[in-house]
Amino acid sequence: MDTQDHDKSGNSRRSILKCMAWAGTGIVWSVAGGVPRSIGLGGDALAATTGFSFVQISDTHIGFKAEANPDPNATLQAALDKIAALPKKPALMIHTGDVTHLSKPEQFDTASQLLKGAKLDTHFVPGEHDVIGDDGKMYFERFGAKGAPAGGWYSFDQNGVHFVALINVIGFGPATGGTLGKEQLEWLEKDLKGKTASTPIVVMAHIPLWPIYAQWGWTTGDAEQAFGYLKRFGSVTVLNGHIHQVVQKVEGKVSFQTARSTAFPIPVAGEGPGPGPMNVPAEKLKSVLGIRDIIYAPTTGLAITDSTLSS
Amino acid sequence: MRYLISRRELRLAAAGGALLLFAAAASAQQTPAAPANQVTIDNFAFVPSTLTVPAGTQVVWINHDEEPHTVTSADGGVTFKSPALDTDDKFTFVFAKSGTYKYFCSIHRHMVGTIIVK
Repeated sequence: MDTQDHDKSGNSRRSILKCMAWAGTGIVWSVAGGVPRSIGLGGDALAATTGFSFVQISDTHIGFKAEANPDPNATLQAALDKIAALPKKPALMIHTGDVTHLSKPEQFDTASQLLKGAKLDTHFVPGEHDVIGDDGKMYFERFGAKGAPAGGWYSFDQNGVHFVALINVIGFGPATGGTLGKEQLEWLEKDLKGKTASTPIVVMAHIPLWPIYAQWGWTTGDAEQAFGYLKRFGSVTVLNGHIHQVVQKVEGKVSFQTARSTAFPIPVAGEGPGPGPMNVPAEKLKSVLGIRDIIYAPTTGLAITDSTLSS
Repeated sequence: MRYLISRRELRLAAAGGALLLFAAAASAQQTPAAPANQVTIDNFAFVPSTLTVPAGTQVVWINHDEEPHTVTSADGGVTFKSPALDTDDKFTFVFAKSGTYKYFCSIHRHMVGTIIVK
């Protein structure tokens, strides 16, 4: 199904998956496009529940124009078309950052216009490419959540699932990877306080909230404190972007997931000189870009399906 | 016959030598010594990572990556702050006073560099 299975990144992913071939609490793995479809959650089972589904897109990089993808508008549109063709209309869409490539007004405008075409209630977190030069002023004007605290982080509920949108791309000095900061962590502690431990939690943030490869900044320095507040919950799903490839890990009740980009791939951790755009033959591009579909059912939890734009 | 062959060998050897010289000249042309006031950005790193210049020097940064970077003073961009530098974009800043100036890329915050002004 997924040609990535045969390339270098697929191998890496398979070896990662071998280490976690079991399903975490409350999570049903159903991953198409390069990773195992382990537990069936068929259409009939879905119809019988009062669950809902949502989609994740990431790293759309509108304004990118180098060889790795001369037309990121077209590949974003292809991703949105794929979402529109899903058998069940998603209740909402999340975008885990790097909406634009260079935080330019015209890039925000184009992204805004394309994303509006999806006609989905969309919740965003910024990537580091969205906050260049103005700490996110232009980004928040367009994609910020209404009523959010000054820092821009927010939460909302959907069919009993609590979504937390964290921002880890704004910082005022050098650092290894992302930073949440004291203020946001205090907010998170308060936000989670009133929730029962059985509430399924979905955390969204741009940079991975667990150490994948610190040498390339693929980690969030102070995320551990956040997981201190999250550990009493029975099901925590962390959805990130930033690294333009699917990497998954389950640790206790927490499932970590990074998503593909809709714009261009980045090498597997440590392969190559840096985490920059990776050129692939034009006819292969869609097989390394993708979307993520997440189905929630109260009895079975979250089922995550990653699919490429070519599948 | 022998004479012809050796002449041919001689010619080949001469041509080879000329080629080598040409190659050496070409490679020297491709990698000129970097100007003393220049920092390049290559593969997510500032090169050189520490640059020492006399006071009053205008330092030039050039981004050779396909990925955008910024040059932002470590005081949160108060002293100097570039916009996003796309491929081959340049940023300049004149260091009037002596001191040690640490800076980073605000997009990839693990990328750090230092300018020492004497």
